[in-house]
Parts: sequence; structure tokens; C-alpha cells
Amino acid sequence: MTTDDVVLRRHRRTPLTWVRGGGLSALVFALPLLLIFGVFSWLPIVRAVVMSFQKTNLITTSWVGLQNFQNVFADPLLPVATRNTLWFALLALVFGYPIPLVAAVLMREVRRAKGLYSALAYLPVVVPPVVAVLLWKFFYDPRPEGVFNTILGWVGIPPQPWLQSMTMAMPSLVLEATWAAAGGTVIIYLAALTAVPPELYDAAEVDGAGVRRKVWHVLVPQLRGVLFITLILQVIGTAQVFLEPYLFTGGGPANATVTILLLIYRYAFGNSLGGNYGEATALSLLLAVFLAVMSLVYFRLTRRWSTS
Amino acid sequence: MTTTSPLGPASPPTVLDAAPSEAPATRDAVTRVRRKARSDDGDDRSAVSVSDWRRPSVKWSLGTSHWLLLVLLVVWCVGPLLLLAKFAVTPTQDILRTPMAIFPNGIAWSNLSEAWNDVQVSKYFVNTIVLAAGAWFSQILVATTGGYLLSVLRPRYARALQAAVLATLFVPAVVLLVPLYLTVLDTPVFHTSLVNSFWGVWLPAGASAFNVVLVQRFFDNLPREVFEAARVDGAGPYRLFWSIVLPMSKPILGVVSIFAVIASWKDFLWPLLVLRNPDLQPLSVRLPSIEATTDKGVLMAALAISTLIPIVLFLVFQRMFLRGAGLGGAVKG
Repeated sequence: MTTDDVVLRRHRRTPLTWVRGGGLSALVFALPLLLIFGVFSWLPIVRAVVMSFQKTNLITTSWVGLQNFQNVFADPLLPVATRNTLWFALLALVFGYPIPLVAAVLMREVRRAKGLYSALAYLPVVVPPVVAVLLWKFFYDPRPEGVFNTILGWVGIPPQPWLQSMTMAMPSLVLEATWAAAGGTVIIYLAALTAVPPELYDAAEVDGAGVRRKVWHVLVPQLRGVLFITLILQVIGTAQVFLEPYLFTGGGPANATVTILLLIYRYAFGNSLGGNYGEATALSLLLAVFLAVMSLVYFRLTRRWSTS
Repeated sequence: MTTTSPLGPASPPTVLDAAPSEAPATRDAVTRVRRKARSDDGDDRSAVSVSDWRRPSVKWSLGTSHWLLLVLLVVWCVGPLLLLAKFAVTPTQDILRTPMAIFPNGIAWSNLSEAWNDVQVSKYFVNTIVLAAGAWFSQILVATTGGYLLSVLRPRYARALQAAVLATLFVPAVVLLVPLYLTVLDTPVFHTSLVNSFWGVWLPAGASAFNVVLVQRFFDNLPREVFEAARVDGAGPYRLFWSIVLPMSKPILGVVSIFAVIASWKDFLWPLLVLRNPDLQPLSVRLPSIEATTDKGVLMAALAISTLIPIVLFLVFQRMFLRGAGLGGAVKG
């Protein structure tokens, strides 16, 4: 067909040659993608940029310049939400970054029932997030009879307030989020570990390296790429955290768990009298620019890493 | 693009791993054969070699840490789910007073039937399945036709189209939330509202650039000679798509399908916004709203029922899940 195309193209292009060359059937195949992406992806992306400079109540729309951005920056909750989101991201890194790595390195050496380990690790990832949050919410019952408080009681620790304390609420959210997500990280690490060229181990052994040195000097350097990638994936993911604060605490106690996405949600949908769509898109654009930079770094790295 | 998964919307690409056959040899054939032989013995090469394992200190410390890891995995990953299963059939009084005791006052199977019938979990369950089926169909349709166009038909506008699709990978779901909602509220051209309609969830689900890229890369690796042979035999573009390309692509269609269904089952925020009518809502949206007013035992039964299908799917299609999860880290095979 491609050679036909070239021959035809030398002549004048008419609608007939276009149809004969398969142009029409190509368009049929393009249709679902064009329609769905056009309406539900490309158009909303353009709209997001436009809307951030507008004010709308769905009936009348007017241009307001940078007013939305100014309002967003004037919101006293913005610094709180930013701080909370960063705190969430930092805690998620502390909880969810090193432990999966250690687990994956150990799991790589398992010789029997390898599949069992990865299946167990990945199991929480398939649990619907809403179920996980509601279940953990019950675990965090602050009464002495609560699940976690009962367990703490076994080792003589007094009952904790969990979600009801300003200092403990965020770590509690992160603990659940880590439970739900760590399995995915483990599998990513495992895949990367499997891809380490075995010649490197042979070479290290010839040089007389023991297990510890093989892990530290061969394995870990080989993982540098994937370590960076999971780091960025985590930052991208945690910057958009919504479900946990929304369902666990609704942003409380005393705004201790208000995140940026929760703030966006409140701007747009939190007011029953009508959403402040302009400010919501303005704030999401700001967040998006940050995330796009992160994804770009991620994309560059994965590409370089997978072709090297 | 409306998932709220922890990895976020842009948990994309580099999918060489999913190639149907081995990608053109990147390493020399000898090592590949050697590796193959080793993995056939069930002993692929890792940091700890066979001779290392013979050393008592290594054997002891690694063996112990493996057992410890197994125990931790069971307690940490499976423990909460086992508790959920227990709560689902425990009388509410026992759940509240002695959550960690093992059935002090018998088992309450009635929780399950009450959740299924009285709280109408059955209805929301059906809604969830219908939503997942539609989201699956729209994702498969867009990804396969789009992938076929970009990989096999390659019209002159293919490059531009591909760039436009790829570009959306860099746009986080956050940005789309409000404008997408307003689009669904008043669709262009038709000016109808898709709010309180399943279409409002099904159609946006199709706009997944990740799927298109995944499928397209897979099609790229299919042998072109087969296509040429089919064309010589008189197969047109539709026949080629339906009878040659699709049957050859079952592995990737499986991965896309499983992730489409699971993502739809997990989705919360988007159906919450679009499906305002409780009669249309899926489990994930309904559960939080019945939380406060429902008996704990019945709520736990409802949670357990909601988890059942994803877990069964995972246990049946484990390999597909784990392979797909590895893709997120952009791993070469």
C-alpha cells in the first residue's frame, strides 16, 4: 500500500486517489481516538488554560485577567495546604521509599515460592482505595477498644487519638496510603533487579566480592535509575493526594490535613451555591506546571534509561 | 485519566517489556542463551550465587530474613484484609467492643445478606460492573483502533496525532478535573449533559494516552511480513485489523483490559462528580455515604463484598498484574 501511495502521490491528489489509497478507512480508525481525545482530553486541557483567566457561573462568563491567581494566592489556606502536601510527600517518602527497596532486594534472593512473596506484597494495591480508607478509618478508632489501640495495649502503649490529633492525623493518613501503594513500588524494584546483567555478578565474584559487597557495589549502583524514577513517581502521586484527606478527615482536625487537591475540590465543588471554577482551575494549573516539570524529568530519564 | 491511584495519572511508559517477541538483540546471544538455560533450572542469576548459599553464615542469615519477610508480608499486607473478612461476619457489638477477639459470640452471617439486600449493595455492585464494562470497552476501542492507525496504517497525519496523544501524558489529571466536569455538564456540539449518565464515566475513560502508547508499541513489534501476506491475499484494512492484528495481540489486550477494569473499580472522584443520583452510583462512591448510617458489621460486609472481585481477578491473573505493574517503572526486558 505504501508503494501504491507513492505512485499515486506523484499524480495529482484528488479525493478519489485519497480514498483509493486508504485515506477513508484510516479516517474511520482515527475517529474514536479523535472524538474521545478531542472532547475529553484536548478540549479540556485548552479550556483549563482559558478558564483560569475567566469567571463563570455556567450562564455568563467574563474575562478577569489574573484575578483568579491573585485570589488563590490570597487564600490563607494555600500555604497551609502546600505545607500539608509537602509534609505528606515527605512522610510518604520516609515510610514508602526505603522499606520496599529492602524488601525487593531480599525477595530477589528468594529461591522457593518467589511468586508468593510478590503476590502478598501486591495484594493491597488491588484493594479499592475507598474500601482501604474506610477499613483503616475503623482501625484508627480512638477509643481504647479500637483495633490499633488494642494492639498497642498488648505491648503496654496507651491509646492514641490517631486521626483526631493535629500531629498524628497526617502520619496516620500516610501510613494507610503506604499500605495501599508500597506493593507497586516493590514490583517496580523487583523488575529492575531482574534486569541487572548477570555478568556483573560474575565479574564481582572473580574479583573476590562477598554477598554484602555485591549488593552494595553492584546492585545498588545498577538501581540508581529506577530509584530516581520511583522517587519522581511518588512525588507526582503524593502531590495529587485527595482520597485520604477527603475520606479520613475531610481536611481536619483544624485544617491539619487540607491538601492542595482538597482545596481545588472545595473551590469547585465544595459550595452548594455554585462552584468557583476559575480559581479551581487556576490552582490546578499551578500544581500542573509543577507536576509537568516532574513528569518531563521522569520521561527523559526513563527514555535514557531504557535505551542505554 | 480520572484514576485516583496512588501512582497518579502520569505513571507511564516505556513498554519494551510487553513486546510480543524478544526485541532486537541488545545483548549478545551467548549471554541470553546462558541466562535462559539458568532460568530453566529455576536458578536465574542474582547477587547471591549458588556457592554463596552454601556458606552457613549466608544461608542462615538470608534464610532467617526470608522467613521474617514472609511473616511481615502476611501480617502487614494480608492482615488488614483478614480482619476485614472477620469483621464481615462478626456481630456489630463484638466488632466495637473486642475487635481483635476471635468470634467471642459466634458468627453473624446475616451481615452479608443484610448488606446485599437491605443496604442495596447488590444494586451498587451491578452499577460498578456496568461502569467497569463500559470503561473497558471504550478504552479497548480507542486504544486498538488508535494503535492500529498509528502503527500499521500510518497516514500522513499520524506523527502529529501521536505527538498530540503523547502530550496528554504530561498533563496530570488534576488539571482536567474542573474543565472535564464542565465539558461533561454541557457537551460540545450536542449540548446535552452527561451528568447522571453512565456515558459521563465511560467516554472520558477512553482518553487514556497510556493505553494507546502501550498498544501501539505492541503493534509496532508485530511482524510486518504477516501484514504484507494478508494484503497480498486481498485483506483490506478492516479485515487486517480484525482477523490478523487483534488475534495476534491478546497479551497486550489482556493487560489493558485488566487495568481498565481495576482502575474503573477503584475510581472514586470522577464517578462522585458525574453520578449524583445514588441509584446510579458505584460501590466506591456509595460506601462513604452509607458509612455513618450503617451498622458496623453490615458496613464491613459491604466493604468485603466490594473487595472480592478485584482480589479474585488478581489471584487469577496474577502474572498479568505483576507484569503490568513492572511497566510503571519503565523496565527493559
